[in-house]
Amino acid sequence: MSALSDNLVTFAILTYLIAMISHAVEYALGNARTRVAVASPARELVGAGVGGGGGVIPAPPAPVPPTVDGAARRARIAGLVAVGATAVAAVLHLAALVTRGLAADRMPWGNMYEFVLTVTFIGVAAWLVVLWKRPSLRKLGLFLTLVMVLLVATAELVLYVPIVPLVPALNSYWFVIHVSTIVFASGIFLLGVVPAVGFLMRGGYEQGKRSFPYTLAKRLPGAAGLERLTFTLHAFAFPIFTFAVIAGAIWAEAAWGRPWGWDPKETWAFISWVVYAGYLHARATPSVKRNVATWIAVLGFLTMLMNLFGVNIFFTGLHSYGGLD
Amino acid sequence: MTVVDDRPEAEAPAPRRRPNRLLALLRNSWRQLTSMRTALILLFLLAVAAIPGSVLPQRGISPEKVNEYFVDHPDWAPRLDRIGAFEVFGSVWFSAIYLLLFTSLIGCITPRLRDHVRALRSRPPVAPKRLARLPQHTVLPAPAGGATAVAEVLRKRRWRVEVRGDEVSAEKGYLKETGNLLFHTSLIAVLIGVALGSWYGWSGNRLLVAGADNAFCNTRQQYAEAKLGPRVDSADLPRFCLRLDDFQARFLDSGQPEFFNATVTVDGPDEPTRRADFSVNSPLRLNDASVYLLGHGYAPVIRYTDRFGRSQTSTTPFLTTGDMGLTSEGLAAFPDANVDPKTGQRAPDQQMAFTGIYLPTAPQQAPFVRSEYPTERNPTLNLVAYRGNLGLDAGIPGSVYQLDQRQVRAGKVKEVGTRLLRKGESWTLDDGTTVEFVGTERYVTLSVRHDPGSTPLLVSCGALLVGLMGSLFGKRRRVFFRVVPADPADGSPTGGSSLMEAGGLPRTDYPGFADEFAQLVTAVNGADGTAERADTDADSSDRAGVREGTE
Ligand code: HEM
Repeated sequence: MSALSDNLVTFAILTYLIAMISHAVEYALGNARTRVAVASPARELVGAGVGGGGGVIPAPPAPVPPTVDGAARRARIAGLVAVGATAVAAVLHLAALVTRGLAADRMPWGNMYEFVLTVTFIGVAAWLVVLWKRPSLRKLGLFLTLVMVLLVATAELVLYVPIVPLVPALNSYWFVIHVSTIVFASGIFLLGVVPAVGFLMRGGYEQGKRSFPYTLAKRLPGAAGLERLTFTLHAFAFPIFTFAVIAGAIWAEAAWGRPWGWDPKETWAFISWVVYAGYLHARATPSVKRNVATWIAVLGFLTMLMNLFGVNIFFTGLHSYGGLD
Repeated sequence: MTVVDDRPEAEAPAPRRRPNRLLALLRNSWRQLTSMRTALILLFLLAVAAIPGSVLPQRGISPEKVNEYFVDHPDWAPRLDRIGAFEVFGSVWFSAIYLLLFTSLIGCITPRLRDHVRALRSRPPVAPKRLARLPQHTVLPAPAGGATAVAEVLRKRRWRVEVRGDEVSAEKGYLKETGNLLFHTSLIAVLIGVALGSWYGWSGNRLLVAGADNAFCNTRQQYAEAKLGPRVDSADLPRFCLRLDDFQARFLDSGQPEFFNATVTVDGPDEPTRRADFSVNSPLRLNDASVYLLGHGYAPVIRYTDRFGRSQTSTTPFLTTGDMGLTSEGLAAFPDANVDPKTGQRAPDQQMAFTGIYLPTAPQQAPFVRSEYPTERNPTLNLVAYRGNLGLDAGIPGSVYQLDQRQVRAGKVKEVGTRLLRKGESWTLDDGTTVEFVGTERYVTLSVRHDPGSTPLLVSCGALLVGLMGSLFGKRRRVFFRVVPADPADGSPTGGSSLMEAGGLPRTDYPGFADEFAQLVTAVNGADGTAERADTDADSSDRAGVREGTE
């Protein structure tokens, strides 16, 4: 069962890779299309009509060079393949988690490897939900699958540990509550970074910046929508994260006799919480620009990463269940 | 986007007759301090200031690590110490940041609280003259009941409604500001809870060996380390005693612990006498204290029979060295050994001490320095015997767990030999005296604590969460309806009957408002769906953005 789980993780990574490549292809073909379309604006209308009509291709008002239309269709197919592959990868990913949990006979959140695997799964599941509600965001999938490939591969290559049961300190229902909510909130924050970075790039692009990272945003959805999605995801995750930190304090009181002891993990959770609170504040402050606020959100995620990887690796504390010696 | 910011922005000060410079400065500083921008900067500073607390060892958490740091960085450490880098969370600068932040917070929410109470008691405002200017606007045939019927529909949907003649004003979503204020107020309550805990709380750590002789009572002297809050006196500690009756632990084959349970007898004037079990994650809750299980180990029982044939037994806890197999080190000292029973004369140079390593599961072959498993599968004591003046009488405080090395260096204590002893074995020393490894007792390390702030803390955290959700998910919005006489020249399908004009205004960022407005209008209209959607859609730009991306 344990070996099965490991294999499933590998397959999931490969499938994410396929999804990422398909997204990249869609991107590239999309670019080719716009290049032509810029020359003749009428054709862009046709291109948009293809999707709007749900696959029904309206009669072109003027003869369209087949290459252009073909590129658009192929871009769309690549995009759909990418979404399909992401969904398949998510299923494999979930299966890997379930088999791991069955093999260990507990929730699969006992060490850093399992933790990263679960957080990324939440991220991708939430992405599929977002995509279902707002299909127009599909092109963000390139960033999302990139993040998935990187994190899941890091988990498998660097963080992997064989299955062991929990030490008594982790054997508490507060552990389940605390860790499940932390994992959930982290997954949503992880997903939140994708539109945040997308917004920062697209916002620059819309302001006329045409240097390297901004040009990547040419095919992204509008900046305002990305910004709103960033906020929605963070506003959703923040109370869950707050609850998780409180649950952690309740658990720490039972296990170690104090709710809060400024252990490195606790300190970084505090830092993340304060930074995210800063993001919500900044966004509600009219005099703070939206891209400054969004940078704070990105910074918040960096502090989460620091807590996830940095603290387990560099510091020793009571939360030393990282699984790396 | 039509977000109407209705935060009480600092109003321009009313012109005064003689502006007092100092007063003006104070007022300005206060306004600065209580602005959102300052709050943002302070939040950021707070996050940054916490970082050294995780990078550098902290006295409150690991004093040994701080000492190590001093040894490793003799030049840096004192300088860092001077700025409080080893006690970040109690340092002046960290406190300054959060105290400023909380001052800002109080200054920020007090006027908002006042305004909010006022808003809650006031009525929805008069409808603006030109509803068409609002982000949501539509015209529909007036329902039969006119304004009263509209008000009825709105009230059913839990809007606050005010009817003024042919006009209806309604408002909803006070929850947002209520939640926001509750959230920020709870932050203050959390701080108060923490302060209560540190003023009125106390804690002590101690090691407790199993057995009736080793019971301890909750007094300050009986703790190895005790911390009493500034408002707690030693006499305030609740009176109870604890005796460890049994300790059980189970381990996996890998040596990883799986289960612990300590059984104790509690007794004392402030506690009913009883037996109780507790464990990691489920502390023993007493009336005014909780007892937490932090660690465990073995205390070897060593019997020494001196030259006069008198035996003494020592049961001293050996401290674990942190490995999986519970290898432990300790000292058994017999300062009263070799006292002549006839004369009662002490021979100060004939005191005995044994240092040693205890291996619950010794390996089959040498070196016998590391235990292979945490339970006693092959309990072995690796002893070194010392004879001489242990220096215990000199009044120099020394650790009970370590031989005073100064005496060894001074040649006052001499090593007599080393020997490996299994359980039950004894060893005859060069002078004919014997030492026997009788067995072991279990011991546990405990933390006994009382934190009167924990309940207020829990309650305020709950309120904080509720407030946060109200604040993040609540939406403030207003709608207005006005019955207007139909314009006969209009030629509209409703003919000469009267029309109703409706307008809506989201007062906070609220993408779904257009939909809600449309639904509301439909409901008001008797659900016949003739209401046309106005183009001045609050999110028109945004929705277009979404559509644009759709393929
Ligand atoms: C102790 C530090 C503080 C923390 C952790 C904190 C946290 C937060 C959080 C998480 C929010 C988002 C919830 C929401 O959108 O309503 C928020 C909102 C808000 N905070 Fe604070 N805050 C703090 C101090 C302050 C201070 C000092 C002020 C006043 C200057 C303030 C004024 C506000 C306002 C006006 C909002 C509402 C924003 C909106 O319109 O949504 N906060 N705060």
